[in-house]
Amino acid sequence: MRKLIYLTFAIALFASCSTDAVINTETKNIETGVNPDAWVVIPAGPFFYNMHADAENIDYDYEMMLTHVTNLQYANYLNDAYAQKLIKIDSGKVIGHHPGDPFDGYLHEWEIPAGDYLHMPFEEAGSHIKFVDGTFIVHKGYHNHPVVMVTWFGAKAYADFYGYRLPNEKEWAKAARGTDERAYPWGDEINSKLVNYGSSSNALQRLFGGAIARTTPVGYFNGNTYGDFETEDNRSPYGLYDMGGNVWQWMGNDYPDVHYRYMRGGSFTNYEYNIFVWARNSAGPDFYNINIGFRCARDIAEIIEVIEIVEIVEE
Amino acid sequence: MTRFNYLFTSTKGLILTAISLVALITAIFNTLSGPMVEWGIRDLTVEWLGMDLNPAERAGRIIMLYHTIAMAIVAIEVYMMTSIVPMRKHEQKNINMLVTVGYMMAMVFGLGFAYWGHNFTFHGLFLVGQSLIFFSGVLLAFALNPWKKEYYVTDKDFAHFKSGMDMERMAFFIMTVAMLISAGFGAVTGSFWANGHETFLAEDLIRDPNKSALQKAIIGHLHIMLTLIAVSITLIVGRWLQFKGIFHKIAMPLMIVGTIIISAGVWSVVWTHLAHTFIYIGSVGVMMSALMLVIFSWNKLIHDNSIELGYENPNIFQKLKALFHDPLKFGATWQMVFMNFTVSGIGIFMAIKLEEIFRVWPAREERITLTGHWHILAAIVATIILMYYADIAGLKGKKRKWFGWIMIIGSDVAFASMTIFSMKRLFVPEEVAQQGLMNTTMLLADFGLGALLVMMAIFLGWKLFDLFNGKGVWTKEAANPELEIERTSDPVFNIRRENEFNSEGGEK
Repeated sequence: MRKLIYLTFAIALFASCSTDAVINTETKNIETGVNPDAWVVIPAGPFFYNMHADAENIDYDYEMMLTHVTNLQYANYLNDAYAQKLIKIDSGKVIGHHPGDPFDGYLHEWEIPAGDYLHMPFEEAGSHIKFVDGTFIVHKGYHNHPVVMVTWFGAKAYADFYGYRLPNEKEWAKAARGTDERAYPWGDEINSKLVNYGSSSNALQRLFGGAIARTTPVGYFNGNTYGDFETEDNRSPYGLYDMGGNVWQWMGNDYPDVHYRYMRGGSFTNYEYNIFVWARNSAGPDFYNINIGFRCARDIAEIIEVIEIVEIVEE
Repeated sequence: MTRFNYLFTSTKGLILTAISLVALITAIFNTLSGPMVEWGIRDLTVEWLGMDLNPAERAGRIIMLYHTIAMAIVAIEVYMMTSIVPMRKHEQKNINMLVTVGYMMAMVFGLGFAYWGHNFTFHGLFLVGQSLIFFSGVLLAFALNPWKKEYYVTDKDFAHFKSGMDMERMAFFIMTVAMLISAGFGAVTGSFWANGHETFLAEDLIRDPNKSALQKAIIGHLHIMLTLIAVSITLIVGRWLQFKGIFHKIAMPLMIVGTIIISAGVWSVVWTHLAHTFIYIGSVGVMMSALMLVIFSWNKLIHDNSIELGYENPNIFQKLKALFHDPLKFGATWQMVFMNFTVSGIGIFMAIKLEEIFRVWPAREERITLTGHWHILAAIVATIILMYYADIAGLKGKKRKWFGWIMIIGSDVAFASMTIFSMKRLFVPEEVAQQGLMNTTMLLADFGLGALLVMMAIFLGWKLFDLFNGKGVWTKEAANPELEIERTSDPVFNIRRENEFNSEGGEK
């Protein structure tokens, strides 16, 4: 009996040590009713910034995307940019030109000269965008999930292509927090009905199936009921969805003395202290992960007509 | 002696009280984070205890929580030092009294302030508690003064200067003074920010290119305090294991010089990047000193236990059996060896591979590795304290073996798993493929910590149950409250101090 127990324990350990990718390439098609092409106006004015609620002010109106950029939006961009030869494909990776960053030679700072840089690896597990017969397509059911496995270069290239930009940290913080001192975009409480974060995986795994729950469709937590799962509305004071959780969002800042790019918002892998509106993450601009995406901002005076989106056939 | 006197005035009772309070705090506050949140346990705790957890004040709460636990650990080390290092009775009493009142005030009022609304009277009383602990440290430094001739070693097997000055006493003294100065580093910066109540966690500054002098001081403060707590427990364990002879004579100068260099190195981090060079050099001294203790104690365990087991000329297997015969005494030094794999080794590896590996990872992952390695060091110190206390409490026979081995295996399995978990991207670069490794390491960590905590709960439950027995073990401990070890100074002094100083303190 004792041997059997030891054997069972050893087998369980061996099985759980598997390094196979645990990621779905197909998921339920869930429509949330939230339009990822919509933009929200963030008015100029004072707001409270960071954990200590420092008084800050943004003296111009600007717009932010209602949701993260989705896989479908990014695949459409890739097809258009590829057709215009703005990006290249090399060994399962999308690469594109970056004009380089100012280099201060500071301790631990990496020099990023002009050149071609990785935008997205589309053959690695975790990416829901594939390149099939000369066209970028999206895994079934993932069209309205946030794009992930995209580097800062890839996010910036998307924004540049449409004449947008990545929001800077202050713009993002104001859009997330509004004008009060709340801890999360929706208020001061957090639970698994409000946000896709580290403590909601059990609830979401039941709904989405698979070995583990990852991203949720953008705008999923909007008060709708999906099956028997009743969500609560997680919009920020200005109406933006998912400014906390789901996937981290690249920021546009390029600060002196560092090569890092910063992220805000937290993700499905993180516990609540990473979902706070003041929580930051950082990585090199060529870093990508299954929990990093982005959304764009734009100046109101320079709104450019959105390029008509061509419907992409799903895999 | 009443139970109250046992728990609050005797060395053994004071250690038990502090361990119990730390265990209680750990049991309650560990329900506030991690998977406990998803399981709904945190909500129960918060509702049951009426806590007020403002998200914006999380960093401040955490700072307060680990300060209160650290103060209790410092108090335990102080109790051990005042018992094993010869000093006058009234000095021991005054030091123990101040540190006891200090850590309890810091604990009660600090946690009260942080977790149950912000009553600023509580914050003031927390600072009073901290100040009392600091003052007890000043008294301890005076009591440990190695230049006092009555404490010169008489047994030449102990490390000493030509004059006869006790090097081990000097090492305790240097550690205490270094800790007082390092506490000042924290106090000055704490005062500066706490006036505006702007708290932050040091680990959130790791990638800020331009840290202010005060921010560097905070980072230095937390590193050196934990290091000195580890130096202190190494010296204490050395006395417990009757450290002497040639290895003692090599170890003590290394410990003295190492402690001075590492402390000065950490303090200099505020001004110069060369600080890390000093820290590495000092660390070598301290770690070599600990290595001498390990070699000495393992030789001694093999020798002493071989006699006990009846081996006249033990072969290699019998020697190993003798080494493992007493898991408490073996475990205390084994944990020091193990620490190199999960703390020192990780720290050095991170420093060497910082740009190549760790700074390529997202900041949040680097942060996990950083916070992981110092949590593990703190926990290793805690297991060593528990092993010594189990010995003090008189655990014998099978109970001693079960307690010792579960402490060793449980903690090491957990700490090794956590180390691998925190560096999972090193073993499995793609995050989508990390789930298996995460499952395994989390399972093993839970298994190890669970076993350890259950054993600790049983042990403390036994001590609690014993207190209700009028003729329990506690009465024997109360009658013989000091730690029974061989002291470095003239043993006649130990007898003399009992005769020369009355129980109320002061000379007769």
